[in-house]
Amino acid sequence: MTDNELRVLILREVGNIAPETDLDQIDPASNLREQVDLDSMDMLNLLIAIHGATGVDIPEADYAKMASVDDAVAYLRTRVSQ
Amino acid sequence: MAEFCMPALGADMVAGTILEWAVKPGDHVKRGDIIAVVDTEKATIEVEVFITGTIESILVPAGEMVPVGTALALIRDGEVSAPSREVATPPVAAPTRPAVPKPAISTSIPRPVAPVTPMTRPPAAPLRREIAPAAAGRLRISPVAMRMALEMKIDLSKVEGTGPGGAIGKADIERAVKSGVSAPAQPAVVAPAPPVAAEVAKPSVASAERKLAMRRAIAAAMARSKREIPHYYLSTSIDMANALGWLQAENLKRPVNERLLYSVFLLKAVALAARQIPEMNGFWIDNQFKPGEAIHVGVAISSRQGGLIAPAMHDVDKKSLDEIMSSLRELVKRVRAGILRSSEIADATITVSSLGEQGVESVFGVIYPPQVALVGFGKIVERPWALNGMLGVRPIIMTSLAADHRASDGHRGGLFLAAINSLLQEPQKL
Repeated sequence: MTDNELRVLILREVGNIAPETDLDQIDPASNLREQVDLDSMDMLNLLIAIHGATGVDIPEADYAKMASVDDAVAYLRTRVSQ
Repeated sequence: MAEFCMPALGADMVAGTILEWAVKPGDHVKRGDIIAVVDTEKATIEVEVFITGTIESILVPAGEMVPVGTALALIRDGEVSAPSREVATPPVAAPTRPAVPKPAISTSIPRPVAPVTPMTRPPAAPLRREIAPAAAGRLRISPVAMRMALEMKIDLSKVEGTGPGGAIGKADIERAVKSGVSAPAQPAVVAPAPPVAAEVAKPSVASAERKLAMRRAIAAAMARSKREIPHYYLSTSIDMANALGWLQAENLKRPVNERLLYSVFLLKAVALAARQIPEMNGFWIDNQFKPGEAIHVGVAISSRQGGLIAPAMHDVDKKSLDEIMSSLRELVKRVRAGILRSSEIADATITVSSLGEQGVESVFGVIYPPQVALVGFGKIVERPWALNGMLGVRPIIMTSLAADHRASDGHRGGLFLAAINSLLQEPQKL
């Protein structure tokens, strides 16, 4: 998957979880949870959705590496292409 | 012959709109079956029947708004089945709860008999309203259709509703799937970067009317709580190192979709502690404490459309951590989708509010009447902590109790918090 495809995937799932969010307003470089007010259940659901779409299983210890959209894309990029 | 009446789905509901009937005359129903879908200020609710029998006739058509207590259907051979007594709650059966000071409106309305007289005296907003088409802001959709749409990730803005008032039904979703409206796999992925947001943006915007109604429902319940309930507050710091350590080790073994959140420990610990200190679990009704006959924990969940709902998770003390996790997931999903079951709305015997996600360290709760206790959990923070003469850094969660002083005293409340603490120290036993 390309970076752009990953980005679209992440934002689409954020939109599913938090439908009231204006996805245009999300700054890809800053913390996603703070911007969209995602709680731990929302984050888990986001990771489950990403796992479902990409097959990448993200261990709990790596949650911190998925803080922003940019971070998440960078994290997934190396793992998806393998 | 038994009447099935509009249930009081929440302490301050005065009326509800029948969105859809799930049964027709001649259908056999048993306790717990969903027989109708009702729209209230707070949510769309799948109403479960509390008796077993055969539907004789339906007295109120879909689309009609009627006050709580109105006979909706007649059920033949419908004895109230014994199990309905196991919950000493605002029973779905009871049209109005005597202890509740009834808003003027429900006392001034005669109980209509078939044929139903629609309400003619509207309060703030006209009560008798037809099902508005989707243009009113909130999507009209049956719960079944909503679930299908969520599961199949269907863009509801592209589905034409053919139900009452343009509501989307199961058939509409099936039609949409056949005609390829569904978004299987990842169609959005092929979109170029700029239109991303437009591509994934959801059409549903909560209407201002809905938000206002939700706010009013919360206002009424909370004002009643502060007016009637003499709250007392206790709090204690609980070391979560054992629980989090166990959780981390457990989650390491699990794929992402089977992982647990630490909230499941909190819910289980509260439920088991409520078994030990039963004065925390139940209701203050008719000037006396009525202990809950089961432990149904209300879980405060943000609706994301503005407002808060605390639906009941049933028999939490008897559930495994995995069962609590899947119930929690299910409840959050349904709250966010705005669809709940009547038993979830009415049954909670104690409430848990975990505001930690917002970053606050402590919560001072307002009890949901007629319940008598609310347990609040703050954010887990690392703090210096002395244990066995040693100082270390431990993850600490501030745990508070707001309890009804009519039903219990501080001493028992203290024991309750202490019980929660000791339960959380042995997570493997939860």
